[in-house]
Amino acid sequence: MTEPLLATHGLTAHYGDFQALFGVDIKVEEGETIAIIGANGAGKSTLMRAITGLLPSASEAVRFRGEAIGTLPAPEILERGISMVPEGRKLFPSLSVEENLLIGAHAREGNGYWTLERVFEVVPVLRERRHHPGTALSGGQQQMVAIGRALMSNPDVLLCDEVSLGLAPVVIKEIYGSFPQIKGSGAAIVVVEQDIGQAMKVADRVYCMMEGWVTLEGCPADLPRDAIHNAYFGVNA
Amino acid sequence: MIWIDTILQGVLLGGLYALFAAGLSLVFGIMRLVNLAHGDLIVLAAFVILIIMSSLGLGPFMAALIAAPIMFAVGWALQTYVLNRVLGDDILPPLLVTFGLSVVIQNGLLEVFSADSQKLSAGSIEAQSLTLGPVAVGVMPLLTLVMAVVVILALNYLFFHTALGRAFRATSDDAVTAGLMGVRPDNIFAIATGLAMVVATISALFLGIRANFDPSIGPARLLYAFEAVIIGGLGSLWGTLVGGIIIGIAQALGAAINPAWQILAGHLAFVLILLFRPRGLFPRAND
Repeated sequence: MTEPLLATHGLTAHYGDFQALFGVDIKVEEGETIAIIGANGAGKSTLMRAITGLLPSASEAVRFRGEAIGTLPAPEILERGISMVPEGRKLFPSLSVEENLLIGAHAREGNGYWTLERVFEVVPVLRERRHHPGTALSGGQQQMVAIGRALMSNPDVLLCDEVSLGLAPVVIKEIYGSFPQIKGSGAAIVVVEQDIGQAMKVADRVYCMMEGWVTLEGCPADLPRDAIHNAYFGVNA
Repeated sequence: MIWIDTILQGVLLGGLYALFAAGLSLVFGIMRLVNLAHGDLIVLAAFVILIIMSSLGLGPFMAALIAAPIMFAVGWALQTYVLNRVLGDDILPPLLVTFGLSVVIQNGLLEVFSADSQKLSAGSIEAQSLTLGPVAVGVMPLLTLVMAVVVILALNYLFFHTALGRAFRATSDDAVTAGLMGVRPDNIFAIATGLAMVVATISALFLGIRANFDPSIGPARLLYAFEAVIIGGLGSLWGTLVGGIIIGIAQALGAAINPAWQILAGHLAFVLILLFRPRGLFPRAND
C-alpha cells in the first residue's frame, strides 16, 4: 500500500507547558481537498503550524511523500512542496502586491503552473493594483494576494488557514470560486474552516477537531448532521 | 565666503559619517539589531586594509578591494555563529553581546597592533584639491561624499529592485511569515551583516586616508554613526546620508566658532533634532 502524499501520525504539539494537539492522525492524498473544521481553540491552526514547521514536532509525526519532515524548519517544508496561506493573511507591508506574490516563488522558482501572469488572470484586479502596497487592498483582495503568494511556489499541498475569516459572503464565494482552478493545477488543498457549510461544499473528506483531538472524519456525504454537531461542539444534538 | 567654505567642508565630512552610518542602518533596518561593535568593526577593517597594503605592497584602494570580501566573510560568520543565537524578542542579549564584542575587538587590536596611531597613505591624491568657484575642495573629501552617495544608491537598488532586497524587506517585516515563503531569516541576516561589513570596509578606507586611527577610536565612530541613523530616521538610508551631513555641518560650524566646540556642536545638533523630531527626519511608516 502506497503512503499518502501528506500524513500526520500521533502528532502532538505544545505551547510551553500547554499541550494543544493530542495524537492527531490525518492524511491527504494527491489532488484531494480536505477540510478541517472545529470551533475556536480546537487545534486546527496549531495543526497547520506543526505541519509547516512553525511548531516543533517529532520527526516521524509528519510525513510527506514518504519522508519524515516533522523536525524540518519552515523554509525546508516549503521547498519540499507544502505552502500555507496563514491565518490573518500576513502580507508584507513593505512589499507591493507584485512583490508579495513574487516572494512566494523565492525558494521554488521554476516552470510550474502558477506564475505571476496566471495569478493575475485569476484575479485581474491584482494586475491593476500590482504596484500598490499589499496591505492597501480590501480584505478580500488581500486574501487573494495571500493565496496567490502561496501558489507561486507551485505547491503539491496548499494549506489554507481560515481564509474566509472576517470576509463578506460574496467575497468568500469568490475565494472558494478559485479553488477548482487550484485543484486543476494538481495541488491538494487543506482548508481550515469554522464555517461547516462552506467546508462541506468544497471538501472530498472532512476532519472535525475539538480540544486538540480529531473527533470525526469522513466524506461529507456520509456524515450525518448530528454526528458533525456532536464532534464539533462535544455535546449531544 | 568663509561660511560657505565651512558649510561645504561640513557636507563633505558628513559623507564620511554617512558611510559610518550606512552599515549600521542596514543591519538595524533588517533585523532591528543595534550593533554596538560597528565602530570597532570599521577600525578592524582599517587594520585589515593596512595589513594587506604592507604585506602585498598595494595602495589603499586596491587593498580595500581585497579586504571587502574578507570583511564580508567576517560579518557573515559573526552573524551566523554569534548574533543569530541571541536575536529574539528581547533586545538586551544582542546589545550585551555586541558590547562585549566591541571590548574584545578593541583589546585584540591593541594586543596585535599596539596603541600607535596608523594611517592609510594614498599618496599625492590626499593633497589634491579642486577649485569650485570661490572655494577649494579637497579631492579625497569630495570622493568620500561621492562614495557615500554611490553606496546608498547601490543599497537602495539592492533593496528595491532585486530578489535579495525583496527577501530583506519581507524578513524585516515578519521573519516568521518570510520563513513560510521559503526565505531563511538566519541566512538573510548573515548576508545583511556581511554587506554591512563591506560598507564598513569602504568607510574604513576613507577614514584611514583622512585621519589617523588606532584601536581605541571605534566607539566615537559608532556614536557619530548612531546619531546620523537616528537623525535620518531608523532604517532610512537616504535619511542616514542627511543625518551624516547635518552632523558634519554642525561640527564644521562649531569648529569655525571655536575649535573646542567641534564635537559638542555635532552632539547638540543631534539633541535638537531629537527634541523636535523624536522619530528622526524620515521615519519609516511601519516602524
